[in-house]
Amino acid sequence: MANLSSFASSLFWATFKRDLILAFRHKGDMVNPLVFFLIAITMIPLALGPEKAVLMRIAPGIIWVMALLATLLSLDSLFRSDFDDGSLEQLLIAPYPLALSVFAKILVHWLATGLPLTLMAPLLGVMLSLPANAFAALCYSLLLGTAAMSLIGAVGAALTVSLRKGGVLISLIVMPLYIPILIFGASAVQTAALGEAYNMQLAVLGAGLAIALLLAPLAAAGALRVSVNA
Amino acid sequence: MNWQWLHRLGSPRWFYEKTNAWLPWLMVCAWGLLLVGGIWGLGFAPEDAKQRNSYRILYIHAPVAFISMSCYYIMAISGAVGLIWKMKLPFMVMKAAAPIGLGLTIVVLATGSIWGKPTWGTWWEWDARLTSYLILSFLYLGVIALQQAFQNRDTADKASAILALVGTVNIPIIYKSVDWWYTLHQPATLKIVGKSTIDPSMLYPLFVMIVGFYVFFTLVLILHTRTEILRRESRSQWVKDLVLGKSNTKGEGAES
Amino acid sequence: MTAAPALLELRNLACERDERYLFAQLNANFYAGQVVQILGPNGSGKTTLLRILAGVSKDFYGDIFWQSQPLKDTAWEYANDLLYLGHLPGIKKSLTPFENLRWYAAVQGGVADADLIKALAQVQLAGYENTPCYRLSAGQLRRVALARLAFSRAKVWVLDEPFTALDKSGVAELEAKLIAHAAAGGLVLVTSHQDINVPNLQLLNLLDFPVDAQLLNSHEDAAYG
Repeated sequence: MANLSSFASSLFWATFKRDLILAFRHKGDMVNPLVFFLIAITMIPLALGPEKAVLMRIAPGIIWVMALLATLLSLDSLFRSDFDDGSLEQLLIAPYPLALSVFAKILVHWLATGLPLTLMAPLLGVMLSLPANAFAALCYSLLLGTAAMSLIGAVGAALTVSLRKGGVLISLIVMPLYIPILIFGASAVQTAALGEAYNMQLAVLGAGLAIALLLAPLAAAGALRVSVNA
Repeated sequence: MNWQWLHRLGSPRWFYEKTNAWLPWLMVCAWGLLLVGGIWGLGFAPEDAKQRNSYRILYIHAPVAFISMSCYYIMAISGAVGLIWKMKLPFMVMKAAAPIGLGLTIVVLATGSIWGKPTWGTWWEWDARLTSYLILSFLYLGVIALQQAFQNRDTADKASAILALVGTVNIPIIYKSVDWWYTLHQPATLKIVGKSTIDPSMLYPLFVMIVGFYVFFTLVLILHTRTEILRRESRSQWVKDLVLGKSNTKGEGAES
Repeated sequence: MTAAPALLELRNLACERDERYLFAQLNANFYAGQVVQILGPNGSGKTTLLRILAGVSKDFYGDIFWQSQPLKDTAWEYANDLLYLGHLPGIKKSLTPFENLRWYAAVQGGVADADLIKALAQVQLAGYENTPCYRLSAGQLRRVALARLAFSRAKVWVLDEPFTALDKSGVAELEAKLIAHAAAGGLVLVTSHQDINVPNLQLLNLLDFPVDAQLLNSHEDAAYG
């Protein structure tokens, strides 16, 4: 039994470490969503005018929407290279629960995109003159929200991995599923900006993350089995 | 033993032949109920005190709204049955249900916005219910787009079934969050139908319409499924016999 | 001849792709100690059969038995005893050969690093352990994938076109490996477009299992005129 569990942890860790190395070797994949995030946010004052009151009002929503779009952009690469080089097949037939190794991949995806997005968000908050008391809420909500988005997005990425042009389709099928996260995430920041308590929104985001943790790896694993069969 | 009927149920041919007999009955029921409910609701139900006659669009809006939601669950459950028991028929039902559901949500949105014009004075209001149905139509669009994207039919079926199931988990969450979002941003004074404003005499025709629309929906779903069966089974002997038999009785035996 | 029961047994296997049957009523027994080459022209379903045997694809009719047990009940044991080398080599180009093999070592439950270095030396890649794979040639990439055979503990090897891109000495080395694996009581199922030089090579021609109209009528859903 101990043997089995040490074995069980090893493919999870091997996949985790391998993907982490890959993420650092393909820095472009990691940096591009961040650059997109930055440029897209810069567009807002250019389009609406630099009036502080306006920017302050819309900053929570805009930052959240842009973070969501940046996450969407990064999803297509989640399983793509594994599918193209054949290692996805190997993952599928390995004597190891597929949902766990998929979870290792999602974890790396979040570390490589969701976490940097979260860390970068305060900077963009300054650019959009977000009220000072909303910065903590911005970070907490994005921390939980990007993790849930990586998990849910993985299902979309797994469903479309065998399609040559899956990029737009992923956005189409995943975006509606992101709506609750967006509502509560943006609301947390907005509420904080008004100086009120935002515990409730964070609790809901946490609950959403818990459900996603439970179900998304399983659904993504099932979707991968279907996709690889194509 | 008990599985026998399930497998018969899973046979497209059995379904096609069985439903032959149901179609006329369903058609009569659907048109009868819709006519009765429609005339009753539009012509004889009392006028609403505040909204005058404009509320009568409720007799279409509400039933279609109910069904467009059930349709998603029918689609998802069919997909799940197909995935679990590896049957072909449920996937055909699922594929037939998706465009119907999309059509229904479009009707909900259209009637809602027509209703909104005299009530709110705008064609579109970010009302919780309309917003939810807009999102529901996006979910249908996603399932249809995914279904269309695959060359291989089996993959298309299974992939869209998984997506539909993920959507099922999400729908209650989306609804709750949109409701919550709505109460956060707007005081709930704009609700179209407050519970107190509905008089029982307005409700009876509504029930008739709901049942009528359900029967009508069943009819359309069966017809679409039958088309899908013929399309997919076009190479099998029984479909060939069916088509040849029909053309023979018509006296046109021409075949290349 | 062989008294031992078949390692792998296919019963009535049939496979349908896009409303077309690739093969049907495929019955075969594979025994320990065999090297079996699967034959058939392009599009006859060789790769599909190997993907089914590797457990990648589950879209088929019929039954597969692993050591006399239905595969459904022994999928875990079978997966532990299987090495599948697909059409795609499964090698990450931005990793080094050593990093690639380390992941495969984890797939089968851990192998000492020294053994991985030894495996790379066996496929003539000594000195390339830490060169990124995108710098290697197609033949060398194939060799990285084949290095998995050296530290594999699997009984069954399922190899799809393993000879592709290999030079003459590479082909000879691989053939020697297949012979050694069979001699050690293993089973090799392999496809190849070139002749395989292995004594006692068994052949399985997919053209011997054509689609029979009668059978298809029994499948209710697909019949051909």
